[in-house]
Amino acid sequence: MEIFLLFISAIFVNNILLAQYLGNCPYLGCSKEKGVAIGMGAAVLFVTVLATVITFLFQKYVMVPFHLQYLQTIFFILVIAALVQFVEMFLKKMVPPLYKSLGIFLPLITTNCAVLGVAILVQRLEFDLVTATLYSIAASLGFLLAIVLMAGIRERFAVTRIPRSMQGVPSGLIMAGIMSLAFLAFKGMIA
Amino acid sequence: MIIESVVSLFGLGFVSASVLSVASKLLAVEEDPRLEVVVEALPGANCGGCGFAGCEAYAAAVINDPSTPPNKCCAGGPDVAKRIAELTGKAAGDADPMVAFRRCVKVEGKVAKKFDYFGIQSCAAAKLVQDGPDACKYSCLGFGDCVRACPFDAMWIEGDLVHISPEKCTSCGTCVRTCPNSILELIPRRSRVMVFCSSQDKGKAVKDVCEAGCISCGACIKKCPAQCITMVDERIHIDHKACLAYGPSCGEACVEKCPRDILRCLNPDMISAAPDTEPARYPDESHVADLQA
Ligand code: SF4
Ligand code: SF4
Repeated sequence: MEIFLLFISAIFVNNILLAQYLGNCPYLGCSKEKGVAIGMGAAVLFVTVLATVITFLFQKYVMVPFHLQYLQTIFFILVIAALVQFVEMFLKKMVPPLYKSLGIFLPLITTNCAVLGVAILVQRLEFDLVTATLYSIAASLGFLLAIVLMAGIRERFAVTRIPRSMQGVPSGLIMAGIMSLAFLAFKGMIA
Repeated sequence: MIIESVVSLFGLGFVSASVLSVASKLLAVEEDPRLEVVVEALPGANCGGCGFAGCEAYAAAVINDPSTPPNKCCAGGPDVAKRIAELTGKAAGDADPMVAFRRCVKVEGKVAKKFDYFGIQSCAAAKLVQDGPDACKYSCLGFGDCVRACPFDAMWIEGDLVHISPEKCTSCGTCVRTCPNSILELIPRRSRVMVFCSSQDKGKAVKDVCEAGCISCGACIKKCPAQCITMVDERIHIDHKACLAYGPSCGEACVEKCPRDILRCLNPDMISAAPDTEPARYPDESHVADLQA
């Protein structure tokens, strides 16, 4: 039951994009087409889960014993950047089809604050490893949901008459705001 | 504290750097060095006219697949084809340069509006509502889906009809794939005649809605000595290859015979009389524009 609640709250109530405002650049940048959005969402899911597990272990076995927690942010950034590089090389060699389909999204994720956000959040919430992993899955599913919904809406925009000054990013930002408000309605769901 | 943080950061950086450099050695993937060169040689428009996902996909195919010809890139034209052929050691082949053509003259036919359309301003959307607001359901809808799709800025809408600039058109075919009424067609630039209507309706139905449209009488088919005109689904189809091969000795009999003046010479200076042996002249491109205007 607790796990279920964790999932629901991470996807709907505390959606990483719409309630915590992390990872907004891919949200606006990669949401013009559904296919692209799904690719980005999947890549984020993949990297977030890996990064969470690795930073979790790093924190537990390196940073805590040496009392280096105050360097958390910069350490995590380094670890995640190196990890993404590594994953990219690994996929290119071992799973070329996956590498092709993720394409440019993988390097983009290096600078995706949602990944770093989840890694730091699980430390702050003092989860254990299993819960942390599950939470990272749920959070990235929330990301996937939000970005795919956004892409659906923006595909509609493409065939709609929109005043020139509002085309592209402006209407996208307004949509993001409205979607945030809509997701706010989930707030009362879990006490 | 300062020393600790500097040392630990340096250490972490060093460790990740070494891991990554070892990994890059172990996981190195050999890439065909030709790929980069071929991609360089392509125009990089990623228009998809070659039938591949993008310039890189085409480059990979042309290098690795012996059956992919080097002249598929229409945006690049003959120069690029030659360069690619050199790079890949394939025969360049001399494909006929093509151009997009609009088979509709609804303004001349005074096609009436069935109803006023206020929906999404897109041909695809308008087409969904009772086959579009025009009385002829095969006419150019004029919302410019093709104009928006054209990667080379070669089209524009004027007076509810689409127009094509033959100078800018690279015959990538994006517009042809986009148009929901399939009134756009790629034809050889040297084409002699073309049908300015794409209706698939029977003669009577066309007469009811358009003063100019093709009434499928078939007069041109019977007149053409080269038999390069056929009727597919009540729509006239010209085999331009056969037509060009036959040459001007027919005197453009089809054009003369068409009671509705819907078959027109694309290149007015290239009319008949000249001996068969003279190769079809490469028309100066403005005539296509003139005729389509
Ligand atoms: S007019 Fe059509 S064929 Fe020509 S460049 Fe534009 S989209 Fe391609
Ligand atoms: S040619 Fe086709 S896509 Fe272009 S404006 Fe006309 S109906 Fe629309």
